[in-house]
Amino acid sequence: MRIKRFDPENDVKGVFRDYDIECDPNDRVLDALNTIKWYHDGSLTYRRSCAHGICGSDAMRINGRNRLACKVQVSEVGRKVTIEPLMGYEVIKDLIVDMDKFFDAYKRVKPYLIASDPPAQAERLQSPADRARYDDTTKCILCAACTTACPITWTNDQFVGPAAIVNAHRFIFDSRDEGASDRLRILNQQSGVWRCRTIFNCTDACPRDIKVTQAIEEVKRALMVEAL
Amino acid sequence: MAYHRFDAVIVGAGGAGLMAAIQMAGKANVAVVSKLYPPRSHTGAAQGGVAAALGNTEEDHWEWHMFDTVKGGDYLVDQDAAEILARESIDAVIELEHMGLPFNRTPEGKIDQRRFGGHTRNYGEGPVRRACYAADRTGHMIIQTLYQQGIKHNVQFFDEHFLLDVLFAADGACCGCVTWDLRTGEINVLHAKAVLIATGGFGRVYKITSNAMAGTGDGVAIPYRRGIPLMDMEFYQFHPTGLYKLGILLSEAARGEGGILRNNLGEAFAGRYAPLLKDLAPRDMVSRFIHQEVKEGRGIDGKDYVHLDLTHLPAELIDAKLPDVTDFARTYLGVEPKTEPVPVQPTAHYAMGGIPTDNDARVIGDEHATVIPGLYSAGESACVSVHGANRLGTNSLVDLIVFGRRAGKHMLEFVRTTGFSELPPSPDALPQAEIEAVMSQPRGENAAEIRERMQTLMMDNVSVVRDAAGLESARAETQELKRAYRHVGVSDRGKVFNTELMEALELGYMLDCAEAIIEGALSREESRGAHYRTDFQTRDDANWLAHTLVSKTSGGLQIRKKPVKITTFEPKERTY
Repeated sequence: MRIKRFDPENDVKGVFRDYDIECDPNDRVLDALNTIKWYHDGSLTYRRSCAHGICGSDAMRINGRNRLACKVQVSEVGRKVTIEPLMGYEVIKDLIVDMDKFFDAYKRVKPYLIASDPPAQAERLQSPADRARYDDTTKCILCAACTTACPITWTNDQFVGPAAIVNAHRFIFDSRDEGASDRLRILNQQSGVWRCRTIFNCTDACPRDIKVTQAIEEVKRALMVEAL
Repeated sequence: MAYHRFDAVIVGAGGAGLMAAIQMAGKANVAVVSKLYPPRSHTGAAQGGVAAALGNTEEDHWEWHMFDTVKGGDYLVDQDAAEILARESIDAVIELEHMGLPFNRTPEGKIDQRRFGGHTRNYGEGPVRRACYAADRTGHMIIQTLYQQGIKHNVQFFDEHFLLDVLFAADGACCGCVTWDLRTGEINVLHAKAVLIATGGFGRVYKITSNAMAGTGDGVAIPYRRGIPLMDMEFYQFHPTGLYKLGILLSEAARGEGGILRNNLGEAFAGRYAPLLKDLAPRDMVSRFIHQEVKEGRGIDGKDYVHLDLTHLPAELIDAKLPDVTDFARTYLGVEPKTEPVPVQPTAHYAMGGIPTDNDARVIGDEHATVIPGLYSAGESACVSVHGANRLGTNSLVDLIVFGRRAGKHMLEFVRTTGFSELPPSPDALPQAEIEAVMSQPRGENAAEIRERMQTLMMDNVSVVRDAAGLESARAETQELKRAYRHVGVSDRGKVFNTELMEALELGYMLDCAEAIIEGALSREESRGAHYRTDFQTRDDANWLAHTLVSKTSGGLQIRKKPVKITTFEPKERTY
């Protein structure tokens, strides 16, 4: 494995280190990283938790593509693997990047239900069809794989990025929500959806198979309809 | 060292911690500390559903839910707590919907419900649809929804801060905690009137587990080190259907939707053991059925696993209701569940035991339920006890939202009427010394090796089936590992994200959890729920209808008993 190392305290600034380790083909890339950390080099640093693709901690570049290390098996990536941190955010140490910008962008789109008083002691009603309308974007695990795969994000640090738009979409198309116009106004700004150039990197990167580009297009269309 | 002061500090940003935080947000000065980012908490891994007797698809009553919880817990459940759980889950689920949780819906637009293990109609007559769900990612939707609410209410989060200690004033009241900012390496003292421990479980003490790598019992071990007892630690749930070798959870919802367990003869064996509920018998039982099949040579290929068969289910149903779990089988085992059976084995899943609390999540310090002022716990780290000797599927999420909410409400009242206790002198001295000890070992023991030995011995001797000889040897080896741990060292000398040091400290916490599990299991000479002793195969209500409290004392570990509260349902034999 070739791993890009960065240690702010020891003047190691983005150099590749090679590690030869034995793996089972069914091992996850995360298992291989753990083997290195636990038995070869304890200073190797990365985020991880659930180890099965649902917590969103271990997004990183694996052979040049944004993946979750726990959702890729060694057999898929071959005998030589190159691992780098996500692009576009400041590297703090090895594979750990600063996520502040990511969560700040997420918070800008008001990612919570905005709705007036619900019925007392009963759920709001929502038809299965209305529920299905935003199902795809509820799957987001905030791993940042999409946002850091987007070339626009690399060069424009004002752009909210695909993940924030996905989370706005999740509420804009929820029949119970009343905050759509507010969110659409935010996404209609300079930093919003119009920066998207439909490159599809986000969709390719999503470990949850969310149709990210489609969600962004649906938000654009909602803005057009509103403008009319 | 940095000093902060809050009315209340919540440690752990899973379902219980966030539910509590939302009760207090805007009404008190509250901080939430997590060693992860909050939406990465392990609540997000929960799949199948959250039980509430809404009766949306068929008749149901909270009294039936309460009964199932008590019976499922093999009558070790405190029944006053079970009543609260079953009654208040109805309101709490509605509250989640009001917060925006995207539940699946019935044709009329109500929250849809499905079957789950051990949940029955009319006190055990047959399965009932009680689990409210959002596909097979109910936990994901809960953690996302609660985090969204946290943002909405401007909750102050300390992300990627690791718990090092809980602080007590001279009079014994809790007065804050010490955390370590992983990003900078700085130690923080959080002075508070109340602290809620909601750090979840410790499944990582076992080799095969569904738990996240973060599930290392930090918040459970620290109070235990400070003399607070742990309750019912011997009851550790093994979920019957973990992916073979990996332990990744395949939701019980797979069986709730019609999936069947089969042995190497293709036989649906669960009905032989549980004629009425079959594959939907409670988890402790189904895990033992699998253990027995394997022991009698009917594991697949003579190995220690069986098959979960979904091939007879309609493909559309699998796609609509079980998309994530079937994706796990494809991703990690290369098995297509629509056409092939999935290899599964029991996986360490959930701690019924933990920090003893009353029904308002206040931590209690002894068998007389003496409250420790200012200290609270809720969720998997706590033991109320609503799960008794075995938790029913979906009741973990119910526990989080019901008792997380109660914790938040009670803490809000508490901080409004209570002042700050004085911090002990040099509040960070102890954790600083612990860190220094690890950092200064030139060529210390390797934490990973100690951890692997612990995980293997817990799996071999303290899992689905136990006996005195195995437990005695586990006890001896754990003490040996604890001795080795005193010399654990790290190669990373840095301050910034020293996750090697973090993992070493987590190992120390896990060894304490393992010690308490073993001690409880040795003391309890009967079989009940998830605790099955081959040398004491029956339940012994005369001697053991009681909770165990294990505590560290100057004279070593001490076990005491605490009576079970029985209000409605007299203990009966547990058959399904």
